[in-house]
Amino acid sequence: MRHFLFELKEGLMISLRAIRANKIRSVLTTLGIIIGVASVVLMSTAIKGINQAFQSGVSSLGSDNLYIDKWSWFNNDTPWWELRNRENITIEHYAKFKELAQLPLAVAPSIFTNQSIKQGDKTVQFILVVGTNQDYIKTTNLTFASGRFFSELENNSSRNVIVLGSEIAKQLFPTGGGLNETIKIKGIKFKVVGILEEQGSWVMGNFNPDNQAFIPIDNIFKYFMSEAWGSVTINVRAPNSLMVNEVKEEAEGIMRRIRSLKFDEKNDFSINQQEGLLNEINKTIGVIQMAGLVITGLALFVGAIGIMNIMFVSVKERTKEIGIRKAIGARNRTILGQFISESAIICLIGGAIGLGLAIVGSMIIAQFDFPTTISADAVVLAIVISLLTGIFSGFAPAYTASKMDPVDSLRYE
Amino acid sequence: MNIITIEHIAKIYQVGSEQVFALRDVSLTIDKNEYVAIMGPSGSGKSTLMNMLGCLDTPTSGLYKFKDQNVGLMDDNDLAAIRNREIGFVFQTFNLLPRSDALHNVELPLIYAGVSSKERKERAASALDSVGLADRMHHKPNELSGGQRQRVAIARALVTNPSIILADEPTGNLDSKTGEDIMSLFNQIHEHGNTIILVTHEEYIAEHAARIIRLKDGLIEKDEFVENRYIPNNKSVIQ
Ligand SMILES: Nc1ncnc2c1ncn2[C@@H]1O[C@H](COP(=O)(O)OP(=O)(O)OP(=O)(O)O)[C@@H](O)[C@H]1O
Ligand SMILES: [Mg+2]
Repeated sequence: MRHFLFELKEGLMISLRAIRANKIRSVLTTLGIIIGVASVVLMSTAIKGINQAFQSGVSSLGSDNLYIDKWSWFNNDTPWWELRNRENITIEHYAKFKELAQLPLAVAPSIFTNQSIKQGDKTVQFILVVGTNQDYIKTTNLTFASGRFFSELENNSSRNVIVLGSEIAKQLFPTGGGLNETIKIKGIKFKVVGILEEQGSWVMGNFNPDNQAFIPIDNIFKYFMSEAWGSVTINVRAPNSLMVNEVKEEAEGIMRRIRSLKFDEKNDFSINQQEGLLNEINKTIGVIQMAGLVITGLALFVGAIGIMNIMFVSVKERTKEIGIRKAIGARNRTILGQFISESAIICLIGGAIGLGLAIVGSMIIAQFDFPTTISADAVVLAIVISLLTGIFSGFAPAYTASKMDPVDSLRYE
Repeated sequence: MNIITIEHIAKIYQVGSEQVFALRDVSLTIDKNEYVAIMGPSGSGKSTLMNMLGCLDTPTSGLYKFKDQNVGLMDDNDLAAIRNREIGFVFQTFNLLPRSDALHNVELPLIYAGVSSKERKERAASALDSVGLADRMHHKPNELSGGQRQRVAIARALVTNPSIILADEPTGNLDSKTGEDIMSLFNQIHEHGNTIILVTHEEYIAEHAARIIRLKDGLIEKDEFVENRYIPNNKSVIQ
């Protein structure tokens, strides 16, 4: 063991000397690995960031929720025109559903429209204005920065009240406040009764509650769309996640009754669920991951080939040195170790630089609100990958060096 | 005591379809503290014989015993160990590592011998001192004269206290004055009890040795002791 450590240490010292003696070549050699490691680390960090963003975004929907809708989130087996031809779900359907459903914790209708919101000289465009009722809050985990959700009274009498998502509030009232202020949508005045805390995640886009506003549902039909156009979504929350399936079964039965479907007729509605969304997202991320793996793997492979090439040249150039070392007692294994550790050290240095670049890169990307932080396992990954690449690409040249005939290599000019 | 015994050694190179007989049938013994010069025309097999004696190369046939060990039975590792511990090489073209300073060049065999860093530095420094280069330890080879480079090479050969020093035309790249300095250094090394074999083309260099072996066409033509051995009186270099 002591002997092994001695050899390792001396081998490393010799390699470091050789690297220092051939600075320019060593730097060139590292380029490939710098790029390779930087891209591996950045890619894995980015994928992780995307994944986390999606997971947290999706889970903000709540795992206990079902969404009964005309449309299916994932169009797997039902053709699109069939979905389109389905009868709309109306507010009456909702009312009946609510009456019949025993199991849900809460049931609320929702329908949305895309609008611009104005306040003074400020405008926020493309806002998802959600029409719903007072029960909506019970189907979500929304929390308030100030104010409250609109009440049953306000809902039933279709008052012009509105609850703003945090991002909208930030843009309309950059200096804070906003509660009890009046905003305008299509010239119609609404009073702000509540402002949400920051909730979601950027990946959800418009479906992020931060970019949504909530008004009593009748106002949607009164001001923004004809009741005949829109199909209502029935938001159903199960008491807990264990009961989601029971709630779903009950919901399906009730909906079939409401729609008067015969036993052999297919559902003309969909029951959507976060779980399905997660599966879909995981599939997508899997594809991104594979692509990332292939691309960065290729970058690394090219880097490794470059290193192997330069190591071969280096071995050839230093044939005489190898002869000298052998003449004064270096064993084949010692020469093998010398060149492998040289290549490994070069790669480690390259890996460290690549990691540095990746850290800088991720800091730059983080400026654009993209959640990337280089984690400890990315660092370990970088080290392991550069070490393995170094050993892998150094092996063949080192083996050639170790097998050189001492007499021939001494005679080499 | 015999350090080297070779019996009916042959070395045949296959070049294409032709066989080159570098050594045909060579037998000799060399005792401890001998001082042998090997001479012969170019291509007679001198270097081939030296490489064989130095365990850098293995014979095609014949027996080689180094200190009663059969070298023919050894693997690469054993040969490397013998070269490291028992043999010190001095080459015509010095063969120093160009990018390392004198001290590191002399240290190198000790690294392969597993000597600790501290002891290595001390021994390398004292070897350099003994060849008169105490003030040149941190010079790279290209900052040294030819004679000084050869001294570094000799220090490197001596530093492991080998049983035998093999020098293949050590003065071949030096002017006659510097060559003479190197030869008196060898003389002192010999007087310290070392065994030396050197290859040379020059009669006056060979006369420093106590015994001259003449090769021709891969055979020993003559093997005789020198009657009027030239002993340099310049003792300034080694203490
Ligand atoms: N690797 C080799 N392949 C083929 N032939 C070789 C090889 N090495 C040496 N020879 C041949 O063996 C013979 C002896 O060579 P060697 O180098 O021992 O001669 P030498 O006596 O040292 O000559 P010089 O005085 O020129 O150095 C020569 O004819 C040479 O061509
Ligand atoms: Mg020769």
